[in-house]
Amino acid sequence: MSNQQRSLLNSVWDLFCSLKLTVFSLIALAATSIIGTVLQQNLDRKQYLSVFSEDTYNLLNKLQFFDMYHSWWFIGLLVLFCINLICCSIKRFPRVWHMVHCPNVTPSEQFLKSFSNVEEKLVAGDVKSISAKMATFLADNFTAATAYEKDGSTYLYAEKTKYARFGVYITHLSILVIFLGAIIGNIYGFKGYVNIPEGGSIDRIWLRNVQTPLPIGFEVRCEDFSVSFYGESQRPKEFRSVLSIVDQGELKVDHRPIVVNDPLSYKGLTFYQSSYGPAGDGQVVIKVKVRGEDKSDAFTLERGGVMALPGGDKVRLADFTPTFRNFGPAARLEVVSATGDKKVVTVFKNFANFDEERNGKYIFTLVDFQQMYYTGLQVTKDPGVWVVWLGCAMLVLGCMVAFFMSHRRLWVVINEQKGKVGVRLVGSAHRNQPAFELYFDELKNKFLDALSKD
Amino acid sequence: MSSGQLFNFVTIGYFAAMILFIGFLATRSILVAKLASYCAYIGFAVQTYAIGLRWYETYQIPGSEGYAPMSNLYESVVFFSWTILLIYILIDWKYKQRSVGAFVLPFAFLAMTWAQLRLDDTIAPLVPALQSNWLTYHVITCFLGYAAFAVACGVSIMYLIKVRKEDNGDTSPAGGIVGIFPSAKILDDLNYKAIMIGFPLLSLGIITGAAWANYAWGTYWSWDPKETWSLIVWFIYAAFLHARITRGWAGRKAAILSIIGFIATIFCYLGVNLLLAGLHSYGS
Repeated sequence: MSNQQRSLLNSVWDLFCSLKLTVFSLIALAATSIIGTVLQQNLDRKQYLSVFSEDTYNLLNKLQFFDMYHSWWFIGLLVLFCINLICCSIKRFPRVWHMVHCPNVTPSEQFLKSFSNVEEKLVAGDVKSISAKMATFLADNFTAATAYEKDGSTYLYAEKTKYARFGVYITHLSILVIFLGAIIGNIYGFKGYVNIPEGGSIDRIWLRNVQTPLPIGFEVRCEDFSVSFYGESQRPKEFRSVLSIVDQGELKVDHRPIVVNDPLSYKGLTFYQSSYGPAGDGQVVIKVKVRGEDKSDAFTLERGGVMALPGGDKVRLADFTPTFRNFGPAARLEVVSATGDKKVVTVFKNFANFDEERNGKYIFTLVDFQQMYYTGLQVTKDPGVWVVWLGCAMLVLGCMVAFFMSHRRLWVVINEQKGKVGVRLVGSAHRNQPAFELYFDELKNKFLDALSKD
Repeated sequence: MSSGQLFNFVTIGYFAAMILFIGFLATRSILVAKLASYCAYIGFAVQTYAIGLRWYETYQIPGSEGYAPMSNLYESVVFFSWTILLIYILIDWKYKQRSVGAFVLPFAFLAMTWAQLRLDDTIAPLVPALQSNWLTYHVITCFLGYAAFAVACGVSIMYLIKVRKEDNGDTSPAGGIVGIFPSAKILDDLNYKAIMIGFPLLSLGIITGAAWANYAWGTYWSWDPKETWSLIVWFIYAAFLHARITRGWAGRKAAILSIIGFIATIFCYLGVNLLLAGLHSYGS
């Protein structure tokens, strides 16, 4: 490799290791992300053409603005961001690792001079007893120190929370872990949906943009679906499906209710309550009583269904509706006598005594209106999601360590100087200098106190 | 007394505190500053009680099972102003920079005024999508983060005013109202500290939101405008944190980035709901 090539390579490496690139890629990601929030994503061509001209549409489409979070340039920015992050870490991590595991316990004069938190004193006595005194001082006020000898000087070294230096790298790694989780989810996972009518079951689901259904290897049955509202209002309170799962003829999950925010997981697939709708026609339960008698009968009818009455007449369910004006569920019945006479009767669920006043031969009551529903389930499989959560935990933990913990080091250097003993206290913190300065000022006083004591 | 009436007193308290803090800048009277702090503290105490009372009130609605009062725009704006005061009080205790109040209280006062005058304060029981403990975790972490950014923004504005004054060679000891501002170095440091508090909280807010989305819909990330904007805010403050350790980016540029960050935060919080379509329609 020629020198020129090497220097080019070096400058590329330096570029990828630079904080300027970090700031640039973060701001570029922030700025470009705005596009997809202003421009609705993944609509149909037709919908875009109602807003944009053909030319504008083609241009924006070519730039992948309509699915920008998956465009080559956005992914490219994310990759650039990751490369930068990896390079920065590769460049700096070994030095930090070394600093944590092989601390500079007998630093040079030049190294010590680079710190601003220093206190020095010349005292009478011998090195040995003063070293012992200083060891107690550090143990009492900071943490236990280790003693080293070098070139006639005694060095006491003590440190706290040295692993705080790894906070930044945990944070950086966490972002890569989150991306890894997202990639795993994209490759090995899928998102689908399925509608199951009450009482029905399915063993395959539909994926988005795929024409053929995907068999899931077991059977999901919807035992029941219900929707409830707050009081008489239209504000929904709960959407609830009761599901059972049959796997190879064996009942694995029996009548498990699922609601929004409480899904069902089975064999890596998770079923979420997502929508619902009416399935087929409803049924009504009618109670009938012959006037003057105590006994009453109840029966269930579908639209057009006919039932024999105790007196030899018949009743037919002509029509019904879940809401008749503001009166709630209502049904229209046709009473057909043995001679063929027809009489129409309307009954309301919310007004049980309505038919009583008709003074007819029979008193009908609409006991219940039952509408069959289908439940709409979102079905997902995402084996990467735990990796994402791991990354998230690392991110928060890493941030906390990086922001709120600091690696603090103290050295006490003791040596003979012209018949006396020179004692020097040097301190350093790897972050939050102002707080450490305050701490060190206090420590200085204790240091001088300890030295003057016998 | 209902929570709504108490919130009116809170609004008045924050207004008084704001005016007194500004008065402090003009008069430099410690007494005025103390009065301002008392107003802010009392307002905060009353607001804490009122939020608790509203929580209790949610249980009194027929058919409702009660909920933490953070579920609609009104409740979230009230909670936002509460968190601003919380973060402000923490920073006030720790750093005792009285003049900062004049630049932070206005955010809390504006939020309360808007909520009390313009927003619908009906207590409505939760729709199924919001019935989750994640709602509480998500809202608390997000808004504590937002509040920290609000404080950082206030401090950054002070920084820019201070630095401009110094650049103009205005070093007269009186120095007008800027004279009692903390030094540029302290302001820069406060800005950084506030963002240091806000950033992990915002991260937690995004994560709890993702966890909730995954629990409710089976996707932790769908590039919905609200999600994307929260990520934009995250990118901006991540840029801030890295810019600050880069030579030439501390000080003025960092302050500007902090203000841009807060504008993005406010857009994420309100702009997305009011201007863009998406999942976070506050149940309406």
